[in-house]
Amino acid sequence: MNTPTSTGAPRRRTIDIVNAGLKKRRRAERRFRLYGMTAISMGLLFLLTLFGSIISKGYTAFWQHYMLIDVTLTPADIAPDGSRDPQVLAKANYMGLVKASLREMFPEVTGRRDKRRLYKLVSSGAASEVRKRVLEDPALIGKTVGFWVPTDDEVDLLLKGRVNTQLPESQRRVKDNVVAWVETLKQQGRIQKRFNTIFFTHGDSRNPEQAGILGAVSGSFLTLLVTLLLAFPIGVAAAVYLEEFAPRNWFTDLIEVNINNLAAVPSIVFGLLGLAVFLNFFHLPRSAPLVGGLVLTLMTLPTIIIASRAALKSVPPSIKEAALGVGASPMQAIYYHVLPLAMPGMLTGTIIGMAQALGESAPLLMIGMVAFIVDVPHGVFDPATVLPVQIYLWADSPERAFVERTSAAIIVLLAFLVTMNLLAVILRRRFERRW
Amino acid sequence: METTKTEVESADFENTHVEDAVEVPPSEDRVPRDHRETIGQLRVSDPRISCTDVNVYYGDKQAIYNVSLDLGKNEILAMIGPSGCGKSTFLRCLNRMNDTIDGCRVTGTINMDGLDINSKEIDVVPLRANVGMVFQKPNPFPKSIYENIAFGPRIHGLAKHKDELDEIVETSLKRAGLWNEVKDRLEQPGTGLSGGQQQRLCIARTIAVEPEVILMDEPCSALDPISTATVEDLMMELKEHYTIAIVTHSMQQAARVSQRTAYFHLGYLIEVGETGQIFRDPRHQLTEDYITGRFG
Repeated sequence: MNTPTSTGAPRRRTIDIVNAGLKKRRRAERRFRLYGMTAISMGLLFLLTLFGSIISKGYTAFWQHYMLIDVTLTPADIAPDGSRDPQVLAKANYMGLVKASLREMFPEVTGRRDKRRLYKLVSSGAASEVRKRVLEDPALIGKTVGFWVPTDDEVDLLLKGRVNTQLPESQRRVKDNVVAWVETLKQQGRIQKRFNTIFFTHGDSRNPEQAGILGAVSGSFLTLLVTLLLAFPIGVAAAVYLEEFAPRNWFTDLIEVNINNLAAVPSIVFGLLGLAVFLNFFHLPRSAPLVGGLVLTLMTLPTIIIASRAALKSVPPSIKEAALGVGASPMQAIYYHVLPLAMPGMLTGTIIGMAQALGESAPLLMIGMVAFIVDVPHGVFDPATVLPVQIYLWADSPERAFVERTSAAIIVLLAFLVTMNLLAVILRRRFERRW
Repeated sequence: METTKTEVESADFENTHVEDAVEVPPSEDRVPRDHRETIGQLRVSDPRISCTDVNVYYGDKQAIYNVSLDLGKNEILAMIGPSGCGKSTFLRCLNRMNDTIDGCRVTGTINMDGLDINSKEIDVVPLRANVGMVFQKPNPFPKSIYENIAFGPRIHGLAKHKDELDEIVETSLKRAGLWNEVKDRLEQPGTGLSGGQQQRLCIARTIAVEPEVILMDEPCSALDPISTATVEDLMMELKEHYTIAIVTHSMQQAARVSQRTAYFHLGYLIEVGETGQIFRDPRHQLTEDYITGRFG
């Protein structure tokens, strides 16, 4: 639509030019939105695949099959001299008793190999379960007592339907006679599915059915406790000094550049540093949560300092000026007015740093937290491992039952991470103030 | 209209110590625009603060050139001038708030009670307790109304007991004309008040410390006319006890509240004089241009 102008030459109105180009603009906009949606869908797809794979592999680890065995606690086998001394009782051969009871249940089994397979129906932890009960109540000696003991990991997998019995016998670890025995036991009502408390109450073990994450969780907790106690005050103090007090000169610029750089340094480098400084120079104990915490402190400090400085920067300068204006010293102005306003941001940064530390494994490998540790650590000097390292160790184990436990441990780790990040969001919402 | 920098500096160099009023030219014949020496009555007989040759630099850039000016006792001194003329910068010299700005340097002497408050040896904490400041934008602490007032007295240890602190809070709010509006909600956040109330809260916070000088940096620029009138009434009352220096963009406000007015232009103090005279009969051409609205 060209309108003639006073000069006579056709002149296009702005609105016509805009209208002509409008279609192209709309298309570009739609295209851009499409890119965004594709990116989000891809992300969601990967996330769902990840969660789907982990949960489908791991959820069965939260259950464990138990088997009822009737153990005859013959006094001759436990304490021939009639003693009730716990030390004597503890030393008795309970495995022998368990084996005897299994033989009793399946008297038709003969031959060394078959017998060994029969004994492998129950977990090697069955003996210690029997011993525990006897030590608790010595009056049981002489009676035949029914014990619910965990089944062996292979049997457990079979019962969970994770063993393909259609395969030729030579290609699977669970042999035909074992399958038949388990079927018999099931019909006798001697098999029960229970919540896997062992997984949450035990430390690591070579036997999957005896392995738990309590050791790793305690190790992670102690390590993070050390990290938090060191990194939070140091990080906040450094941020406050750099942001509020430090003069701007080449030296503070250098510090700033270095802090930003350290945040991007591969974590294993911090592990090497910890190995060289804390273990080799200060001779701190190997595998200890204390050293792990120190290394992770070094690793998370840059994150906390950067987040805290950003939080301090976001406090309006008018608040500090107001405080200085009534004669507050810089420290009073910061302590009473700037810090409380910056705290939610600092806490968020700290929690994100902690979540990062919780998921870290590489630096801890360097300081020996990758050792096989059965005991649950009770202090920062006890040898320990942490959740991600435990996952790494289990993922590396040949026993098939560790596959589901690895996934289950990942689920636990993710649950902790989600909780921590949720806490960060809640803290930010809760303490955020408007001015 | 503008003079070159060289001319300006040479003009200053010849007469840096302007102690007495320059001879007053007849009102039809103003001092020409390129004249940068301060004219008018810049000294008073009984000064509370006396500034001599104050220069302020932001890095390499000079913001204020050789300002000499007295603040009289129980006087309201208004500072007017176009944006960026250095009046706020000068005001902030008087309680060393410029210290908080990186790269800001102040030279010259600012005499108060026989001490040069611009000297490095002066502790800014007692100085700021004695020279309070009200800022352009109301900036109450995001805490309760009570805490806003109580903060200053508390950090200075002005109240020994809770009762005394309560009393300080009450009298400060009363003097700021805010007591009747907030007495039932002292525990509510100060940020929840209206703009005018917030500014009066900030004034109450300043007077709670009982300073002897109050600096006000455009205290009414964010307020509506009614709140402005309240703040102005308050200033007239405060004048009985305090020395007040106010920076304002409103010439009407300067005319209403102040006894003396100082006109700043591009970092120079151009003219100082009794407010009536400045507005009725300015002696400098720049002052006249500004107050008659020819620029600014």
